[in-house]
Amino acid sequence: MTTVERRLVTVVAMICAAASTMHSALAADIPLEERKSGYEFMGRDTRAMQDDDTANPGMLSVLDGETAWQRKAGSAAKSCADCHGDASASMKGVAARYPAFDAARGRPVSLEQRVNICRAEQQQAPALAPESKELLTLSAYVGRQSRGMPIAVTIDERTRPFLEAGRATFFRRQGQLNFACTQCHDDNWKEKLAGSPITQAHPTGYPLYRLEWQGMGSLQRRLRNCITGMRVENYPFGAPELIDLELYLMWRARGMPLETPAVRP
Amino acid sequence: MARTLINVPKTAKKGEIIAIKTLISHEMETGFRHDNMGKAIPRDIISLFVCTYNGQEIFRAELHPAIAANPFIAFSTVATASGTLEFKWTGDNGFSATEQATITVE
Repeated sequence: MTTVERRLVTVVAMICAAASTMHSALAADIPLEERKSGYEFMGRDTRAMQDDDTANPGMLSVLDGETAWQRKAGSAAKSCADCHGDASASMKGVAARYPAFDAARGRPVSLEQRVNICRAEQQQAPALAPESKELLTLSAYVGRQSRGMPIAVTIDERTRPFLEAGRATFFRRQGQLNFACTQCHDDNWKEKLAGSPITQAHPTGYPLYRLEWQGMGSLQRRLRNCITGMRVENYPFGAPELIDLELYLMWRARGMPLETPAVRP
Repeated sequence: MARTLINVPKTAKKGEIIAIKTLISHEMETGFRHDNMGKAIPRDIISLFVCTYNGQEIFRAELHPAIAANPFIAFSTVATASGTLEFKWTGDNGFSATEQATITVE
């Protein structure tokens, strides 16, 4: 092979490599009508468990949340109900709108963060730890009030930069395996990973009861699971990256009905 | 008191087979796990579930460490007379929970 020929082979190899990267970089969003909730990937038994309120273990958490809603807390000795009244009226549709923009913080906040902001500012109570039982019962109770309502986060000039940041995270290859979320959840959701369906990653039922966890968990817990699996240095609970990703995922699932408290395998 | 969810039909015909579903919140800590410091986490499970129908025992289940958290137990019985179904869970560390449901048999 001459030097010219050798150079040509190298160039062709580079073009091939670039083309294969571009293929995944061009990953298209799932068309709206092809979107499926994780519910549709589940087996008959797990669906039945979610559908029956007396078999759905997430309802235990919702009932605890109903009690926590009435409980006075903090030095202000106020309960959630003292300000918000009957949750079935005041909290209807609220969970479907989160993460929502918080003017004081100048960025979107998650439902769990909103609960803790209320605790700090209204109840003057210490923040509840991420994934703590009480925080999850409150977000499950608030989420339950929006069951069946379409997911509808507000995208305007204030939230758009955060949506774009979340979208960028979803499409960015990261970690030791050099994976992006989109490679599984946009391109390969019809496939299986170690025997389990990959799913489209629509956050339709959080906080939810996951059989694998034997308990309730928030969307951030699920995201951190996936991120660990991708061998990426994880983001702490409440990190702006996770909130932006939550916002992008909720926008991506816009119009799909909320199932809280969902059951997942 | 542990949170429970009971599903018993309010009414039934005499002789009808009725489905009963019970769910109780419980950690069901197996006793086989260790914490971050390597210390064994002691076992804490529900070990017995009993259902009585107007005082007569109709169902009993022994639970073991392999049972998942928040045990869901479903079974059936024959509706014989109007009255009360009583559910009792007992377990480690003096755990005890009781629930009742009434049924009208026509």
